[in-house]
Amino acid sequence: MILLEINEYIIELHDIAKSYDGETNVVEDINLKIKKGEFVTFLGPSGCGKTTTLRMIAGFEIPTKGTILLDGADISKLPPNKRPVNTVFQRYALFPHLNVFDNIAFGLKLKNISKEEIEEKVKAVLDVVDLEGFEKRKISTLSGGQQQRIAIARAIVNEPEVLLLDEPLGALDLKMRKEMQLELKSMHEKLGITFIYVTHDQEEALTMSDKIVVIADGVIQQVGTPEEIYNEPSNAFVADFIGESNIFNAKMTSKERVTFLDCEFECVDDIPVGTMVDVVVRPEDIIITTPEEGQITGTITSVIFKGIHYEIVVEDGKNEIIIQNTKLYHVGDTIGMIIKPDEIHVMIPEVLSNKFEGVISKNNTVLFADGEYECDVTMLYPGSSLDEEGMLILSNGEAVDLTGKKVSVEIQIPDVTMSDDENLGGTCGHIFDLIYKGDHYTYTVRTKSEEDFIVDDEYLWNEDDYVSLVIPKDKIVIKLLEE
Amino acid sequence: MKKINISRKNLSIPYMIYMVCFVVAPLAVLLFYSFTDSDGKITFHNFINFFTDGNTLGTLLYSVVVALITTLVCLIIAYPVAFILAKGHIKNKTILLMIFIMPMWINFTLRITALKEILTFFEKNLAYFPFVNTIIGMTYDFLPFMILPIYTVLINIDDCYMEAGLDLGADKVQAFMKIILPMSKAGIISGVTMVFLPAMTNYVILDMLYNSTYIMGSLIGSYFSAYDWHNGSMISIILLTIIIIVTVLSTDSNHKEERL
Repeated sequence: MILLEINEYIIELHDIAKSYDGETNVVEDINLKIKKGEFVTFLGPSGCGKTTTLRMIAGFEIPTKGTILLDGADISKLPPNKRPVNTVFQRYALFPHLNVFDNIAFGLKLKNISKEEIEEKVKAVLDVVDLEGFEKRKISTLSGGQQQRIAIARAIVNEPEVLLLDEPLGALDLKMRKEMQLELKSMHEKLGITFIYVTHDQEEALTMSDKIVVIADGVIQQVGTPEEIYNEPSNAFVADFIGESNIFNAKMTSKERVTFLDCEFECVDDIPVGTMVDVVVRPEDIIITTPEEGQITGTITSVIFKGIHYEIVVEDGKNEIIIQNTKLYHVGDTIGMIIKPDEIHVMIPEVLSNKFEGVISKNNTVLFADGEYECDVTMLYPGSSLDEEGMLILSNGEAVDLTGKKVSVEIQIPDVTMSDDENLGGTCGHIFDLIYKGDHYTYTVRTKSEEDFIVDDEYLWNEDDYVSLVIPKDKIVIKLLEE
Repeated sequence: MKKINISRKNLSIPYMIYMVCFVVAPLAVLLFYSFTDSDGKITFHNFINFFTDGNTLGTLLYSVVVALITTLVCLIIAYPVAFILAKGHIKNKTILLMIFIMPMWINFTLRITALKEILTFFEKNLAYFPFVNTIIGMTYDFLPFMILPIYTVLINIDDCYMEAGLDLGADKVQAFMKIILPMSKAGIISGVTMVFLPAMTNYVILDMLYNSTYIMGSLIGSYFSAYDWHNGSMISIILLTIIIIVTVLSTDSNHKEERL
């Protein structure tokens, strides 16, 4: 039976992965459906794989794995010139040897269209970008903003089904950028075609998009409307990346109640009691009141004027809380703070402990994550002990050689510490990411073969710092893996 | 104490002296000799001589043909090489570039002598193919001067221009012909001027490869070695004029396009 279905998705990405060297993936497991006429933004820090994803849709890169569908048809392997999509490049890529007219007409001239029609279309599209009468101008005589508009005109004159924009406003100054943001948005409404926009600027993404795709480290973190992304971030990374936020480690202490900052708050998320969670509170959602009325109290340590509000930093014990408020308070004041239940956003962290796969060496140490750690191998067999030669003696007196045995390794997050002495810990890595959580930072440390450790530390380390990871022998929990 | 005035004008004095000594004065001498006879009287005889003498005109034609063919062959070889070096996905690009550039560091007569040996090995007697040998010798000698400027221009053309072409619906050949080739025009022009002009006058290559036909360089040399400064100078001046006209024409066409 043939099912006739109307395809509401213009672009579908299925299990897309891209690797340049055959080992590490720049992006992986990208699954995404984009509706016709949507304004979708890929948002993420530089090097997160957002541009690579866009280039795969454009056809400049071929995915290593997965399929790209356009209107239901597989276009994964089609060259760029066979795809009904057009790109606005980061640095415009206007042809310097051609004038404005010839730049815009470039695509049309390849299509057997009559001269009159080309002239008409170019004129119409120049009208759309507000540069009427610029046909004869040389590219080098145009300002950055004008070049930007011509680049957009050159792409949309071909009437693509999808317009791809790769950080198109990156080279413009702030005022110009704001103007262009609004213009792009209205252009999108006028043209009615799908826009896929790449940026690292969260404000830009929030301003323009119908849907935001937050990407980090080659993986989609969250897909949602700007409101969803801002109000209900799916994890601490998204919360930290989009807007200002207070992130705390917290625990569900009773039904719809969560404890952080040594205080139990009512919340709206129903998560099993006892779960360790992350909590996000936006700085503008904390209400300042008198110390008597506040759920929590603290002392103001800094006040910075930010134009429309003051940014107030409050210290509550070891925790720092950022508050945005339009009323002026003074450093040293003790204040009370109230957080309403629906302003508390609870997230279940993806990683609750560090888990790896390892191998026991002949010295009864465990090898994992590019390193070697001492561990207590007797925990593999209850009641066993080690003899003088390092052989494991089971409770029934049988000797076992553990060399080469595969084990699972688990280390609780608080048991890992960082050191700048490379020889102190069993393995080393670079700090890949860090998130501030009120009284400490949560770090992601990545080893050479891309194994990640989550480490909590009160002190501030820098991104890319090279650290060694120290884990006490008795905190490494190993279990035999079934062969 | 008198203050030393370092204005822009004063800074240009050394350069002016250099220009007068090594550019203006020799040119003036050349001009003087070309329009005088052996008695020092002003005459246009040398000028008329050049354009009425079948031999000199034949030499001019031969030189132009040699230079044109050399330039063309150089361009045909150099462009793909420069393109692959600049845009190809190959490892050790610098080493490859070195291979093409390194002959420039070896003494020119040594290079031609080596080439002579190779050609003799294949052709037995160089006298059989004087014209072909001249073209081979000149191409070999001038090739780096064609590769370098084209390579420099190509390496500075961002990949996004090619991608933009593909994106707008051109296939790879169309994108190259309509975008990359015109964008690298400056490199081609600079390469052509650097090959064409020396190729008209470099008679040492002909000499060493046993091509007894005269080109412009050998003609001037022959007059000078016979102490006929006047006719020799006139030919130099005419050659200079041709060179100036060619240069002005090529740079002018470049400028015109920029203005459009």
